[in-house]
Amino acid sequence: MTAKAATQNACKLCNPLGACLAFRGIEKCVPFLHGSQGCATYIRRYLISHYKEPIDIASSNFNEETAVFGGSHNLQLGLKNVSQQYRPEVIGIATTCLSETIGDDVPMILKEYRAVMGSDEPLPVMIFASTPSYSGTHIDGFHAAVRSAVKTLAEEGPRKNLVNIFPGMISPADIRYLKEIMNAFGIPFVLLPDYSQTLDGGPWAEYHRIPPGGAPVHAIASTGCASASIEFGSTLEAQKSAAGYLEERFGVPRHHLPLPIGIKASDRFFAVVEKLTEKPMPAVYEDERRRLVDAYADGHKYVFGKRAILYGEEDLVISMAAFLHEIGVLPVLCASGGKSGLMKKRLLELVPDLEDPGIRVRENVDFVDIEHEAPELLPDFLIGNSKGFTMSKRHMLPLVRIGFPIHDRFGGQRLHHLGYRGTQELFDRIVNTVIEQRQKASSIGYTYM
Amino acid sequence: MELLIEKGVGSMKEEIGILEARQSQIFEKRSGEEQQFDIACDKTSLSGSVSQRACVFCGSRVVLYPVADAIHIVHGPIGCAAYTWDIRGAVSSGPELHRLSFSTDLQEMDVIYGGEKKLYRSLVELIDQYQPKAAFIYSTCIIGLIGDDIEAVCKKVAKEKGIPVMPVHSEGFKGTKKDGYKAACSALMKLIGTGSTEGISKYSINILGEFNLAGEAWIIREYYERMGIQVVATMTGDGRIDAIRRSHGASLNVVQCSGSMTTLAREMEEKYGIPCIRVSYFGFEDMSKSLYDVAALFPDRPEIMERAREIVRDEIRKYYPEMQKFRSALTGKKAAIYVGGAFKTFSLFKALRTVGMSVVLAGSQTGNKDDYRRLKEMCDEGTVIVDDSNPVELSKFVLEKEADLLIGGVKERPIAFKLGVGFCDHNHERKIPLAGFVGMYNFAKEVYESVMSPVWQFSPRKGGL
Repeated sequence: MTAKAATQNACKLCNPLGACLAFRGIEKCVPFLHGSQGCATYIRRYLISHYKEPIDIASSNFNEETAVFGGSHNLQLGLKNVSQQYRPEVIGIATTCLSETIGDDVPMILKEYRAVMGSDEPLPVMIFASTPSYSGTHIDGFHAAVRSAVKTLAEEGPRKNLVNIFPGMISPADIRYLKEIMNAFGIPFVLLPDYSQTLDGGPWAEYHRIPPGGAPVHAIASTGCASASIEFGSTLEAQKSAAGYLEERFGVPRHHLPLPIGIKASDRFFAVVEKLTEKPMPAVYEDERRRLVDAYADGHKYVFGKRAILYGEEDLVISMAAFLHEIGVLPVLCASGGKSGLMKKRLLELVPDLEDPGIRVRENVDFVDIEHEAPELLPDFLIGNSKGFTMSKRHMLPLVRIGFPIHDRFGGQRLHHLGYRGTQELFDRIVNTVIEQRQKASSIGYTYM
Repeated sequence: MELLIEKGVGSMKEEIGILEARQSQIFEKRSGEEQQFDIACDKTSLSGSVSQRACVFCGSRVVLYPVADAIHIVHGPIGCAAYTWDIRGAVSSGPELHRLSFSTDLQEMDVIYGGEKKLYRSLVELIDQYQPKAAFIYSTCIIGLIGDDIEAVCKKVAKEKGIPVMPVHSEGFKGTKKDGYKAACSALMKLIGTGSTEGISKYSINILGEFNLAGEAWIIREYYERMGIQVVATMTGDGRIDAIRRSHGASLNVVQCSGSMTTLAREMEEKYGIPCIRVSYFGFEDMSKSLYDVAALFPDRPEIMERAREIVRDEIRKYYPEMQKFRSALTGKKAAIYVGGAFKTFSLFKALRTVGMSVVLAGSQTGNKDDYRRLKEMCDEGTVIVDDSNPVELSKFVLEKEADLLIGGVKERPIAFKLGVGFCDHNHERKIPLAGFVGMYNFAKEVYESVMSPVWQFSPRKGGL
C-alpha cells in the first residue's frame, strides 16, 4: 500500500469504543472511561447514531492536575458517583490514551478504592480492560472487555451442560438469532456480550438508569464451568480472547469459528452446535437452509461474476468474502483498518482458491487508500458500513450497508448477517442491489426483472 | 492524595436521585419571596456524573470545522479524528476539505519517541495532495503529555509550503469545551489581519458564530446583503481563509453563539477597534432584532434600516399564516431545552412562546452566571434551570415536568424517544435550517411534527394502546 504518513478517513475506530460497546452487553453495567470527558461523549454520540438508544458512559474527567498527579482521585470519585447515580451491579472500566500514557495503574487504584469503601455495602463488580487508543482498533477493545469480564467473573466448578458463546461485534438482531438457535437446540448457554436488548429495546414506561437486558453476572460466572465455548472471529487469537482464557484457565474447550456468514460457514457453526448438543439441527433451520439454497439458485445469474469492494472489521470482511465467493461474486478488494497481520492468511484458509482471480487483501488501510485502488478494480458495488457512502456517491456505485456504523440508513441495529437467516437477508439485498442498478440503467422501464 | 469522597448515599433524595455535588448546579424557580439565585457553573464536569459535554478538543473542532478550504489535521491517536469525520452539517458553497478526516494516527512507538516527525510528514504530504489555503493542527490529550513541539513543526511547514499552518492547543483535558473555543479563536486571530482590506465598504460586517449548518449562514448573509451591507467574512460557516485574513477590514462584528466567538470579537475590538454586537438568528423576534440592531449602527444610511424593516415585514407576512396553524395545535404544550450554549436558550424561549409553548426545563453545557440569571428572569414559576446536566437528571425533569418536547442534540434524542416525548435537534447535525425567518417556520414545523405525531399513542407512558 502507499506509505502515507497520515490516516485519511479512517476505516477503524479507537480501542475504548469497542470496550464500551461490549460492557453494554453485561446486565446492570455502566461503562466507564478513565480519561478525558470528550472520549466518553464522542463515543456515546457515535454509538447513538447507529443504535438510537440511550448509551450512558461515565468518565473520570481528567483535568490538568489529574494528568500531572495521576488519575486515582478522579477515578475513585467517579466510581463513587456512578455507583450512587446508577446503582450498577457492574462497572466496566476502560482506559484511554491519556490514562495509559501517564501510566495509571488502574487495578491498583481499584484495590485502593475497595479498601477505602470498606465492606459496609456491597460494591459493584469492577471489570477492567486496558484499551489504549494508540494501539489496535475498536475490535481489540471489544475483545479485551469480553476477556476481562470472563477473567474477573468466571468461576471454577463442576462441568455443566452449558455452552458459552462469544460472538464478537455483531448486531443486536444477530445476537437474538443466535439465542433463538441455542434455545431451539435446547441447550443452556451464556452469550457474551448480549446487547440485543440494551441497544435495541422497547419503549420505557418508567425511567431506567440502566437499560434492561444483558448477560447477568451469575451467568458470566458460570462460563468457567461450561462444557465448551464457541467463539467467532477468524483473526481473534486465543491469548486475546475470552474463550482462550477459559480454555487455558479452566480447560473449557474453545471452538474457534469464522463469523457464520454464508452456507459453508453457517454449516460449520451448526455442525459444532450439533456435536456439542448431540442433537440434529432443528427443522426450522433445516428449512431456512433449504430456502437459502433455493434462493441461491433463483438469484445466481444476477450476481455471478459481479465485483465487490468489501471493507470493515477484519473478521467481518473475511467471512463476507467467503460468502461472496460461494455465490460467485468476486470480492476484488477486501480492506480493513485493522492490522492483525492475519487477514490474508485466514481468508485463504477459508477460501484457498481465492487468490487466483487476483483478489486484493489490504490491512491497515483507510478510505483514501481504498478509493485510490477502487477504479482499476472495476467494482459493481461496495459492501460495508456507512463510512463508504462518500466513495459510493463519488463513483456512483451502490453501497450494500452492513456492520457498524450505519448512520445514514434506518435500522442498522436490526440487520441480520449471521446464519442461514442472516445470509438470506444479505443475499436478497445484494441481488436487489444488482437488479435495482439494472432497472435504473435501462431506459425501457422493465417491470419484471 | 486525600480522597474527597463522602461515604454513604445520603444524596438520594427522590426516586431518581441527583448527586449531592451536582445540586448546586440545579435551580428551580419558585414563587413567593425573593429567591436566592446562586447557581454554580463555569466549572469542570464532576467525575462520574456522565456529563453531556465533550472536551477542549471538541470546542476547537466545532468552531474551526466549517473552514472549508483548509485542512484540519488531528494530531493524536485515531479516535478524535474518527469521531469528528463529517460530523457537522456545516455546508460549503465551494471547496469541501473540511469534510475529510485527517489524523496522524499515533501508534505506541510514536507515543514513546514523539510524534513530531510523523506530524511533519503528514502535513507535507496532505498539503501537497490537497493544496489547501491553510492548515489547522489540533493537539489532542496525549500531545500535552509527550511534549511534541507543535509550534516548531507548524512554523517549519508554513515556511516550506508558503501557507499559514496554525497549531490549535486543544488537548482534551486542559479545561472545558470553552477553553477549546478560546484556542480556536486564537488560531483565527493569527490569520486575521494578514490579508488586504481593499474594496471593503464602510457599511460592512463580519458574521461571527454562525456555522452554516444546513446553509443557515447563507440565509443570514442574504438578509444583510439585501439591506445593503457587505459581509466580509463569516466565521466560520462556509468559511474561507482569505476572507478571514481580511476580516479586520469590516466595520462591525455581529456575534451569534456568543459562547464560542466572544473572545475573538473582543480581541478584534482591542486590536483593530472593531465594535461588536451580540445577536441571535433564532425566532422571529431575535432575528428581526439582529437586523435592526445592525442597521441602527449605520445611521448615516437610513435606507439600511428601511430595508431591514421591509425584510422583516415581508418575511413575517410570508410565514405568519402557517405559524398560526402550528400555534393552535401546540398551545399549552411543554418543552424542555438542553443545548450547548445558554445564549441559544434565550432565543428558544421566545421561539417556543411564539408557538404557544412553555418551557419547563432550560439548561446548557457551558452557560455562565449571567446567562443563567437572565434565563431565570425569562422563565416561569416551576421551571428548572440546569448547568452541565446528564441523562439521569434530564430524564428526571422531563418526566417530572411532563414535557411534551425535548430540544437538544444527538445525545439527548434517545432520552426523549424512550420516554415517548417529541424531539427537535437544535445541534450540529441538523439538516434543515432553523435560523432566519424561514428557520423559525422550519423549527415550528419540526416541533409540530414531532409533538403531534400519532406514534406517541403507543408509548407506554401515554397509556400505550
